[in-house]
Amino acid sequence: MSGPSTASSLGAAAPGGGALIERPRGAGRPRRRSRLQTSGRIAILVLVFGYLVLPLFAMLEFSTRGDYGSRDLSSYAAIFDYPDVVDGIVTSLQIAVLTVFGMLLLLVPTMVWTVVRVPRMRRVVEFLCLLPLAIPAIVIVVGIAPIYRFMGQNLGAVGASPLTLAFIDIILVLPYAYRAIDSGLRTVDVATLADAARSLGASWPRTILQVIVPNIRGGILSASVLAVALVLGEYTISSLLSFHTLQVVIYLLGKRDPFVSVAVSLAALVFAFILLYVITRFAPGAGERTDRAVEEEPAS
Amino acid sequence: MTGAPVTSPASSGTTRAGPATRGAGSRRLRGARNYLALVPFHLYVGLFLILPTLIVAIGAFTTAQGTFTFDNLGRLFTDDVIVSAFMKSIQLAVTTAIAGAIFGALLAWAVVRGDPNGQLRQVVIAASGVLAQFGGVMLAFAFLATFGFNGLVTIFFKSYLKVDVLSDASWLYSLTGLAVVYTYFQIPLMLIVFLPSLDGLRQEWYDASASLGGSGWAFWRHVGGPILAPSFLGALLLLFTNAFSAYATAAALVSQGSPIITLQIASQFKSEVVLGQENVGKSIALGMIVIVSIVMAVYALIQRRASRWVR
Repeated sequence: MSGPSTASSLGAAAPGGGALIERPRGAGRPRRRSRLQTSGRIAILVLVFGYLVLPLFAMLEFSTRGDYGSRDLSSYAAIFDYPDVVDGIVTSLQIAVLTVFGMLLLLVPTMVWTVVRVPRMRRVVEFLCLLPLAIPAIVIVVGIAPIYRFMGQNLGAVGASPLTLAFIDIILVLPYAYRAIDSGLRTVDVATLADAARSLGASWPRTILQVIVPNIRGGILSASVLAVALVLGEYTISSLLSFHTLQVVIYLLGKRDPFVSVAVSLAALVFAFILLYVITRFAPGAGERTDRAVEEEPAS
Repeated sequence: MTGAPVTSPASSGTTRAGPATRGAGSRRLRGARNYLALVPFHLYVGLFLILPTLIVAIGAFTTAQGTFTFDNLGRLFTDDVIVSAFMKSIQLAVTTAIAGAIFGALLAWAVVRGDPNGQLRQVVIAASGVLAQFGGVMLAFAFLATFGFNGLVTIFFKSYLKVDVLSDASWLYSLTGLAVVYTYFQIPLMLIVFLPSLDGLRQEWYDASASLGGSGWAFWRHVGGPILAPSFLGALLLLFTNAFSAYATAAALVSQGSPIITLQIASQFKSEVVLGQENVGKSIALGMIVIVSIVMAVYALIQRRASRWVR
């Protein structure tokens, strides 16, 4: 469903029975193209791309408007004049870090364990991980509000902190993180790796951390970036629970200073794009490393 | 979908040891310990996903005093405001899902025809990820900067073309505006979901069709189309739930009233004061879960069929 995970799952499709004979599909295939097809392709690219790019260009145009029709970057410089914007960015980044670590801590050992020890639970874990897709965020808010009210009243400053949003964000990112890590796990023979490590005397934590995690680096990286993107873009839950995260601050700022809020929005979009681009660019490389690990195994 | 079947695996993890899972010999104790390792995960999901869902489901059938009632649920079918919000949400989701699926599929086709490992493809995939999932409030602002009262296109039309077509920007705040912005994030989502299926179309199939004298149209009519149909249909359903559950964009754009169902839930949530309606929001939420669950179940069925060819 998400860019990076699809990219890595495409890479994951390669190592199988015919991996040595057949290169991954689409690698430099010859295409017979009629002129009609080429011009149709260009027309679609121009039209649909135009629709997708126009609002982004408008954001750039809008946020660089200066006095009397001039162009300047004052809207971008003004971002730091709003302390609540800076606070929102810091809060969201903190939540992002907590979400990434919490998600990995929850998901990686559980998924490795289902592969190695209890394969029959794999479907159950998958079902639970994909379940948030069937429960809209707005519904989760309604149901979780009493729990957060309880935490706020009984757990002191910790319970009322916006950082507790990480608990929900971990749930929201489960479907995407599951797919990313799952496609990583499919490229390596986890059971054999674990047996090898265990028979050499490694404890379970060490087996997972030092043997399995390095082999599914690509999947873990994708899952983490998706989690960061999700947290930085999350609005529904933080706004209704009245926590001032980045998106809530951007929304509030939009009422006061639309130029600065558009500037922050564009900057955030560009930041997220760079994050995801780096992943699509380099995650397949991480995948190749795991492929090699599989190929080397029979030789040893 | 969310009630009984969900909680049973969690309890089975602790109580049902069952026969040993791997290897010979049924070591009951070992088996039980294997399942115990999954308890933290089940506890976490139980506390932050299942429990909230149960709170919604139970609340939908409860009065403020805690007694059982069907009144909240009855409102879903009798309250004109809620019925119309549901209808508008479904209408909006269907329209933008179809538009997004068609344009997204065309864009995916145009991209996949290019160099598979090329810059264009990687840029498009990354950009789609951002626009499809990151958007919300920021996309609403993007359209305000484009078609709003001081937007780029609005000003362009007013001052250069002297046409009065888009000069009144109030359409952006209506359901039409929502449809335009929703389609904007549906297209990239479609691209992401549909691209792997397009990749699954093999060159050999095209060659086989061509060597038998099939034209490009014949290939799509008899080979490509039927193979892609399940994926396309599945993606359509995914897009439907995506638009149906969306809240942030609508919250940022619509300032008057709560025309669609997610806004309706939010307004109920923020003002839980009207006597006798305390749990109406929860019944609307339950209604949403039911609709999305049905659609996602059909999606899962179709997906199983589609994956035959993707592999």
